[in-house]
Amino acid sequence: MTMREESFLRDKLLPVGTVVALLILVWYVAVIFLNAPFERDTAARAGTEIGFSQIVHNTMAQERPVLPAPHQVIAEIWDTTVNKPITSKRSLVYHAWITLSATLLGFGIGAALGILLAIGIVHNRAMDRSLMPWVIASQTIPILAVAPMIIVVLNAIGISGLLPKALISTYLSFFPVVVGMVKGLRSPEGIQLDLMHTYNASQAQTFWKLRWPSSMPYLFTSLKVAVAISLVGAIVGELPTGAVAGLGARLLAGSYYGQTVQIWSALFMAAALAAVLVMIVGFAHTAVLKRMGAKP
Amino acid sequence: MNLPILVSAIVFWLAAWAVNEWLVRQRFEGDAANRAARFAVPILFGVTLLVLWEGIVRGFSVPSVLLPAPSMIWQRLINSLPTLAADFRQTFLKAVLVGYALGCGLGFVVAILIDRSPFLQKGLLPLGNFVSALPVIGVAPIMVMWFGFDWQSKVAVVVIMTFFPMLVNTIAGLAAASHMERDLMRTYAASWWQTLVKLRLPAAWPFIFNALKINSTLALIGAIVAEFFGTPIVGMGFRISTEVGRMNVDMVWAEIAVAAVAGSVFYGVVALVERAVTFWHPSIRGGRA
Repeated sequence: MTMREESFLRDKLLPVGTVVALLILVWYVAVIFLNAPFERDTAARAGTEIGFSQIVHNTMAQERPVLPAPHQVIAEIWDTTVNKPITSKRSLVYHAWITLSATLLGFGIGAALGILLAIGIVHNRAMDRSLMPWVIASQTIPILAVAPMIIVVLNAIGISGLLPKALISTYLSFFPVVVGMVKGLRSPEGIQLDLMHTYNASQAQTFWKLRWPSSMPYLFTSLKVAVAISLVGAIVGELPTGAVAGLGARLLAGSYYGQTVQIWSALFMAAALAAVLVMIVGFAHTAVLKRMGAKP
Repeated sequence: MNLPILVSAIVFWLAAWAVNEWLVRQRFEGDAANRAARFAVPILFGVTLLVLWEGIVRGFSVPSVLLPAPSMIWQRLINSLPTLAADFRQTFLKAVLVGYALGCGLGFVVAILIDRSPFLQKGLLPLGNFVSALPVIGVAPIMVMWFGFDWQSKVAVVVIMTFFPMLVNTIAGLAAASHMERDLMRTYAASWWQTLVKLRLPAAWPFIFNALKINSTLALIGAIVAEFFGTPIVGMGFRISTEVGRMNVDMVWAEIAVAAVAGSVFYGVVALVERAVTFWHPSIRGGRA
């Protein structure tokens, strides 16, 4: 095997493009098969024969399809983002913004909490021994299951809106940050710590000049996971509020009224949001590493 | 406000903290004592949390709608064992376990199938990574529409949620064996299957178990959240959402306790199997790695 230069076209675009194209093809075929029974039923009820090409044509443009065709979803997204004013309740941008604000608030609190806990765990043996197992155990609990209760209970005592959803995001996002940062703050080797010791550096100096900088790659890797999971938390947090606003509410309302196109467009919006958030963290990662003089 | 209870809870907390600080500084004679001490520290911390919780709830007489005391939750749990058992059977034994096995198995098989095609790998790996970051849980309403209210739709959600982490990790794991080792297999004239079974799969186990552990919690979350979108009148997610509506918060907490224990045991079992299978790995051998 010979080593070749990495090519963007051959190693990235072509394979990913092929797989995506395949997926879209499978999707269209699935649209025809899943939506065809409905067309046959309507035709049978009307007492008419329906040809295959007519079925194919009809399955692509049903009002409430079992599986909407990709172009229907894209049309719906276009319609609800561009053609509606942003402040309107029917605008997807409005719902996405509500979810996004809860996500960001939760992510911010979660990341700060995670970093603080990690600093405590690294510097205090008792915290390390007693807290770490519980931090891990806390994630084997399906916390999303608690989400509706947190929302409803906080609503009952008058706290509603952004904060309850953000709390769920916080709970979900602090864990990857704690685990990553504990690893990162412990990543300096013994020889480097010894060097700091020979400089007679205080614990604070060792922290700011050695531990903190060397934990940056770990921090950003876990921040990527954390931001993705806090979006999930915010979406699930919107389910029990009775479908008021947000992407989760759109999902729930869509499932109540059988509006499959609406569900799929909310899903795509959520996916796009997740992708953008992860990308922003990724850019911050490269920017910080470049600032620190790391080779890309 | 009930001051004595509050004060005694706080005293207990401080005392337990002091004991923990003392315990982690001790070096005991013999392995058994050391191991016991290592277990005692987190357990004491957990007990402290419960005592503090009980103390605060009783001390400030927090209304039980807001936060029931642990003792009250325990009472409720004992009293409604049959309901909880039925929910557990519906959600965990049917939806979670079946979906977990199917999703992980499928991810593993697909990873092996596309192993010979670098083209497909290059195409699927970024997509898999992308999908792993997506709020996959959102497909739950669609699955409920397609597969009905019963556990089959929950299985579908769990399969979708667990498939991609498994796929990505298995592909990464299969690439983990070094070139030196693969060249050695070539000099033995080993076939693709022999290389897979004897070298690459063993090297991939740590990655695969990583996915299995991630998936064990994802599966439970997926099944419970999917039940929010519609279920027959049994199941952990169903119970949680209806009892919240009726403000029976202690029942909700009992259900959460069951879910927490089930999730922890599930994770623990996977971790134990991992220790047995990847006994050679530095992180398990107890080296300084």
